[in-house]
Amino acid sequence: MIEIKNIKKSFNGKDVLLGIDGVFKKGETNLIIGGSGTGKSVLLKCIIGLIKPDDGRVLYDGRDFYSGDKDAMQSIRREMGVLFQGGALFDSQTVAENVRFPLNMLTDLSASEKNDRVNFCLERVGLEQAANRMPSEISGGMKKRVGIARAIVMNPKYLFCDEPNSGLDPLTAVKIDELIKEITEEYQITTIVITHDMNSVMEIGQNIIFLYQGRKLWEGNDATITQSEVPELNEFLFSNKLLRDLRKSG
Amino acid sequence: MSNLGKFFIFLGSQFTQREKFSVYWSRFLEECSSIGVKSVFIVAIVSTFIGAVSCIQTAYNLVSPLIPVSTVALIVRDMQILELAPTITCIVLAGKVGSHIAGELGTMRITEQVEALEVMGINSASYLVLPKILAAMVTFPMLVVLAAFLGIWGGYMAGTVTGVISERDYIYGIRDSFVPYNIFFMCVKPFVFGFLIAAISSFKGYYTSGGALEVGQSSTQAVTSSCIAVLIADYLLAQLLL
Repeated sequence: MIEIKNIKKSFNGKDVLLGIDGVFKKGETNLIIGGSGTGKSVLLKCIIGLIKPDDGRVLYDGRDFYSGDKDAMQSIRREMGVLFQGGALFDSQTVAENVRFPLNMLTDLSASEKNDRVNFCLERVGLEQAANRMPSEISGGMKKRVGIARAIVMNPKYLFCDEPNSGLDPLTAVKIDELIKEITEEYQITTIVITHDMNSVMEIGQNIIFLYQGRKLWEGNDATITQSEVPELNEFLFSNKLLRDLRKSG
Repeated sequence: MSNLGKFFIFLGSQFTQREKFSVYWSRFLEECSSIGVKSVFIVAIVSTFIGAVSCIQTAYNLVSPLIPVSTVALIVRDMQILELAPTITCIVLAGKVGSHIAGELGTMRITEQVEALEVMGINSASYLVLPKILAAMVTFPMLVVLAAFLGIWGGYMAGTVTGVISERDYIYGIRDSFVPYNIFFMCVKPFVFGFLIAAISSFKGYYTSGGALEVGQSSTQAVTSSCIAVLIADYLLAQLLL
């Protein structure tokens, strides 16, 4: 479980996060949604330690990430897996080498153990055939799946996905969502997904936080989100004409 | 001044929270290949032709019958060893290697590859940059020795083929009044220049933000700043060591 308490962040005097609280449960896909520029990515970066918040606490199963103890921070970091928006695969390495990279850097496993683990993760995301291809030779959806394989190769306790569906066609986006949800439930990971994709909200939103202008305006799940009374959330949800029409027709 | 302070903090970060030695060793070998081996061709071409041109132009200017012809070779040798091989080669390398380093790190930054390393708990500055700096400091002196040899050989070829100097005079000239200390001086320069070029270019690339346009700007700034740093260091080293 991850708890965030009163997270605040500003850049050059401009407030981006104005005190965000939240609880992200183990074994659930927790979504942070909101329009562009509402602070979703900054919040995620504060949670994973790429940006230090000005104020507030991030607790990983009760362990304070910003306690000042660098060793504790490192040990929490090694329990994280992160899927970046563009995949963030290393261009000079093959798909298999990308997935093997954390094992090479952070473990003392033997070569055969590493190979087994890499093959397992690639099979899990359905990419065992692409092991020897370079990132430039695979599609956007495949890059995301390699990113997921690399994120789970160290058996993380916490999985973070920054807009996993951006730039993908709807069918591939649904497959990525399903994969994230399956992995979360199968390995009982605490997963946080940043998205503004409505399909994701309805498919995998077991716990949803809606951000608006740096504040948390609403919290709920995929079953309750359409009954929300928050105008900003409704405006965000029903910005699509098709959804507006469906809502009007009941 | 704030950039200078940031640069020194960046250099300091190379030595904190380091990874396993084996990781650095394999990265160092990769960078030696990328920075050193892949620069041999351009260094060979540039230095050979600079040697050839310096021989022809020196002979053209030494028209006095009181000056022995072998002086042409002596001048070519000293020009190569003291200035042309170390400085011009490193300026060429500032263009080739500096833009490569800044472009590579800048692209890694804007495509979140650097962040990917950070969230794994890896010191990205140390992992990415330290092997590049060490590789440049090791391979640049080797390239400069090669450049000096080829420059003197280029002068020999141009001089003897065009007939401005005989083979015997050239060999005599390059052996005449030879100061072995100059070889030491020649090797110290690229050691320092390699550090400056790799560190400055890495700094520019590592702190790139934005998109493709900014990566291009970082590469340009890396080359410009590296060349200026090399020329300043060249002057300071000449004052200190000669």
